[in-house]
Amino acid sequence: MEELHLPPIDYAAIAPLLLVFGAGCVGVLVEAFVPRAWRYRVQVPLLLAGLVAALIALISVADKRVSTAGGALAIDGPALFLQGGLVALGIVSVLLIAERRVERGGAFVAQASVVAGTDSDRRQSSQPGATEVYPLTAFALGGMMLFCAANDLVTMFVALEVFSLPLYLLCALARRRRLLSQEASVKYFLLGAFSSAFFLYGVALLYGFAGTMSFTGLREAAAEAGSEDTLLFLGIAMLSVGLLFKAAMVPFHVWTPDVYQGAPTPVTGMMAACTKLAAFGGILRVFTVGFADINLDWEPILIAVAIATMLVGAVMAVTQTDIKRLLAYSSIANAGYVFTGVLALSEEGVAGTMFYLVAYGFTVLAAFAVVTLVRDADGEATHLSRWAGLGRRSPLFAGLFTVLMLAFAGIPLTSGFTSKFAVFSAALGADQVTLVIVGLISSAVLAFPYLRVVVLMYLSEPAEDTPTVSLPGVFTSLALVIGLVATIGLGVVPGPVLELAEQASSFIG
Amino acid sequence: MSLSPYVPIAGMFILAIVFAVFSVAVAPLLGPRRYNRAKLEAYECGIEPSPQPVSGGRFPVKFYLTAMLFIIFDVEIIFLYPWAVSFDALGTFGFVEMLLFIATVFIAYAYVWRRGGLDWD
Repeated sequence: MEELHLPPIDYAAIAPLLLVFGAGCVGVLVEAFVPRAWRYRVQVPLLLAGLVAALIALISVADKRVSTAGGALAIDGPALFLQGGLVALGIVSVLLIAERRVERGGAFVAQASVVAGTDSDRRQSSQPGATEVYPLTAFALGGMMLFCAANDLVTMFVALEVFSLPLYLLCALARRRRLLSQEASVKYFLLGAFSSAFFLYGVALLYGFAGTMSFTGLREAAAEAGSEDTLLFLGIAMLSVGLLFKAAMVPFHVWTPDVYQGAPTPVTGMMAACTKLAAFGGILRVFTVGFADINLDWEPILIAVAIATMLVGAVMAVTQTDIKRLLAYSSIANAGYVFTGVLALSEEGVAGTMFYLVAYGFTVLAAFAVVTLVRDADGEATHLSRWAGLGRRSPLFAGLFTVLMLAFAGIPLTSGFTSKFAVFSAALGADQVTLVIVGLISSAVLAFPYLRVVVLMYLSEPAEDTPTVSLPGVFTSLALVIGLVATIGLGVVPGPVLELAEQASSFIG
Repeated sequence: MSLSPYVPIAGMFILAIVFAVFSVAVAPLLGPRRYNRAKLEAYECGIEPSPQPVSGGRFPVKFYLTAMLFIIFDVEIIFLYPWAVSFDALGTFGFVEMLLFIATVFIAYAYVWRRGGLDWD
């Protein structure tokens, strides 16, 4: 029999991935063999240790630029930077997910489908929540890390499913407002499956075009074929639909507000920070490595998508009355700003995009952390009218939220300003003047809903039923502090991280 | 910039829409109408749509767990066959990889077993 040549695998380069997936696998075993009372106390340190170990492993291989596992994975600058960002944001997300003091037993339940008001519902309400969320989170984060490093279409699709499936489940496990949570999960699952089908169809067409799955091979084949190939263009279009859906770009954004509103708030934060980062990691690689040479024909359509995303996100955010939906539309508009950095199609653009994603991730996680704290007897009070007068009741948290809102609005000395500056200057460097003008108009529109929340908190009288701000436990406090420090730190001294992003901004392959 | 490659795609979309509308519109005009009992039943298998059961048509969730377990082992076998066929060529590395793969599948299996997924009642 003919001898097969096995591809060499650089285990050091994929150690971060293996550590996160390993933490997930051990987490499942913990679920199977550790007594119920001990699971929470084992799972949280296990997952955090796995993520910290992955971060250390990432730092130790920070200078690596290799394509490994037969070219399936490219551990290059952007992959390592984005993986580092994912792990760091993942740690903050896990802190929010692990919080059990604000809501008795945590924000998750073991059986989401129990009918309200029955005996089993009452029994469940006094029990601590599911601990399966920790391995699920580990698998989701691992899938996202894989997605950023995937160097061929099949690996990318597998990674897409690996991080999507746990997220669908996590969305459905809210302790409060369970029907809304399940509705969010079903919507996300059905539309996500639909977008996966588009992605896969695109992969099939591109394989039919190029006869290879790797981005390098695709680029060579595309350069040869010129721009007159139907298979190639239909393939790129289908692939883009799948990717833009995950990044919540208009017109593939309709799921976002419903899912962000219904999902448990820590999971919403994770989706806004980590999923968005991973999706743009994939988009960056596809557009700058795979189709670098034929982008010119594509630009008008992508520019239209970016403009629509920035405008629809900002205008719809103005009309929202629910804080989670407001943040959802703001995340859509922010996806548009990130996309202007992608469309610069330069190393400066890649660096700006990556910096934006990390900076935005920390701010949005802190914002959702505050949302988990504003509660009344029925759980989180997310309607904006309930936030009126909150500034007088709890000046500290209202002040904290004000800083985060100002960061979202892009006020100087916050990360919102430096990151917007990074992507817009990259876009200007690539002569994308229209995009920058629309981006600035959209930012100005989007500042209105943010400032409206601030005005509402300070200038309204507190009503009888104004909810109180719960005292956060250690985990949420830590997440808030990290988010706030990152928001202000990246605004005042963005240099080190920006430099790191610039050093890491060239793809291999 | 040239969008001419998209003309056939647009044509394809129009053709698909025309075909769908045409089929739906023409079927009631041309098709014979022979109503009988079999036409109201579920196709091949599935839940009887009528009469609606009193409780809203609940059915045991156990079958769903069984089906999921079946898929887990099904996928495992799909990967085991090609490995077994080229066992010689893959050598020790392939063997270790396959053990790792089986181990991860068994983690899922151990979870199902310990959490009562295999108990019928």
